[in-house]
Amino acid sequence: MPDPHVEHLARLARLDLSEPEKERMRSQLDAILTYIDKLRRLNTDDVEPTSHAIPMVNVMREDEVRPCFPTGEMLANAPERESDFVRVPRIIEE
Amino acid sequence: MATIGELAARYRSGEATPTEVVEAYFRRIEALDPKVRAYLTLTRESALAQAEAATKRLRAGKPLSLLDGVPLAIKDVICTKGVRTTCASKILDSFVPPYDATVMARLNAAGAIMLGKTNMDEFAMGSSTENSAFYPTRNPWDLARVPGGSSGGSAAAVAADLAAGALGSDTGGSIRQPAAFCGTVGVKPTYGRVSRYGLVAFASSLDQIGPFARDVRDAALLLQVIAGHDPLDSTSTEVPVPDYVAALGQGIAGLRVGIPSEYFIEGMDPEVEKAVGAAIEVLKGLGAKPEKVSLPTTDYALAAYYLIAPAEASSNLARYDGVKYGHRAPGSKDLIQMYGRTRAEGFGPEVKRRIMLGTYALSAGYYEAYYGKAQRVRTLVRRDFQQAFERVDMLACPTTPNVAFKLGEKEDPLQMYLCDAFTIPVNLAGLPGLSLPCGFTQSGLPIGLQLIGRPFDEATLLRAAYAYEQATPWHTRAPQLT
Repeated sequence: MPDPHVEHLARLARLDLSEPEKERMRSQLDAILTYIDKLRRLNTDDVEPTSHAIPMVNVMREDEVRPCFPTGEMLANAPERESDFVRVPRIIEE
Repeated sequence: MATIGELAARYRSGEATPTEVVEAYFRRIEALDPKVRAYLTLTRESALAQAEAATKRLRAGKPLSLLDGVPLAIKDVICTKGVRTTCASKILDSFVPPYDATVMARLNAAGAIMLGKTNMDEFAMGSSTENSAFYPTRNPWDLARVPGGSSGGSAAAVAADLAAGALGSDTGGSIRQPAAFCGTVGVKPTYGRVSRYGLVAFASSLDQIGPFARDVRDAALLLQVIAGHDPLDSTSTEVPVPDYVAALGQGIAGLRVGIPSEYFIEGMDPEVEKAVGAAIEVLKGLGAKPEKVSLPTTDYALAAYYLIAPAEASSNLARYDGVKYGHRAPGSKDLIQMYGRTRAEGFGPEVKRRIMLGTYALSAGYYEAYYGKAQRVRTLVRRDFQQAFERVDMLACPTTPNVAFKLGEKEDPLQMYLCDAFTIPVNLAGLPGLSLPCGFTQSGLPIGLQLIGRPFDEATLLRAAYAYEQATPWHTRAPQLT
């Protein structure tokens, strides 16, 4: 079974895990994946995948202007804001 | 302890008013919830204002519906305008939704009253409500035991009569399993039956909202109000909603009931097996025709679920990044550091585990071997049910292999996952499922009977459950809390 590279996965998932967390995660994921490995015993070569149990089609609507939520209400939950924007730490180096 | 049906009758006869009933509920919550801890947030002020309006309507003889003035508890995963919605997570500790979920808009239009928001496993990930970032909820039948999960707060609130009914959500059993553990009725409707607009997403191809109630008729009343198409949820369907309550009394003579042999496994509680066996005999006595069926992929469903649900969760939970809402880790030097620290501080261990597992299942090189494989197994699970429903109208089986366990008893995540072996296949296949009480263990813990139906055939489940309930005394028992 492939080793779940905890370090790499945590980076992909944007989770800064502590060293003890990584250790625990490694052994727990290992146990879960060992259990999941039983799926290999099932032959699914000629089986189509199911993404949704009920047949779904894309739902379209007219592209028309409709009222939307007021900016102030939508920004009320922002951890940091400046006028009508959310504020975040610097993204691009000067 | 009154059912919704009894409350509605008392309101109409003038024997009680919503204001009196809501005040009595808050007194009861004050006295008992410190022990049960079903609620995360109480909405006393708005509830009393709603109650006053309902009282006036009823006095004028103009109630909005049978739910007018009925006090309910709402799982804290459902957005409520102006009322903190946390998903029992630190990352949404102070999140106040700017809008109501469609189910809330429908309940409000029917005159129902929200008493508060209930505790749950963080982001609905868990089977015991121990994964709440705030505190665990306790089982009203035995305070040393869990109420089940993830909708444990809603189930416990209904069982302890801290609300007349409740809403929960069910992704792999999160309504039916706590309903079984707490001795209430719980319905997981067909995928697409109830709008998820305003339901905080966990696994979008599996999540459904459904009711908890103290009897089957109450569950039918609640489902009636929340079911139906919603243009705001593209996965909600236009299949017409029948009159669930009107169909309840039609009996089950000739109903073909499949008994899946894979749902009676080694290691299950013998008392559960015995109670469910006896329940099937009761159904037979009411005219149903039980017969054995086989769902051969059952043993693989849990493994497939633990790839599909975490994969979808890892994608859905990417939105919690500390930018637009929720917790943000302070003092980060750049955006990437802020993301990583915010999420590390904001999410609990189970949520992190599932995000990691889902990220793995979707990551380059493993996608086909894990996520792709799981989706193919999902097809086989669906096919099992389709084949069974060619021969029978409904399935009957245990909701869970065991009864409520003690707090702290299942520390190994995999052992916790195995609790949901009988509920998960129903979500994978998108079918409706219902759990109702079918007895008690020697030590007084409730046992759940699960009924599984064809897509959009909640009516048959409710009718069979009602017939069973009328023939048995279980729903009249209540936990002794003082």
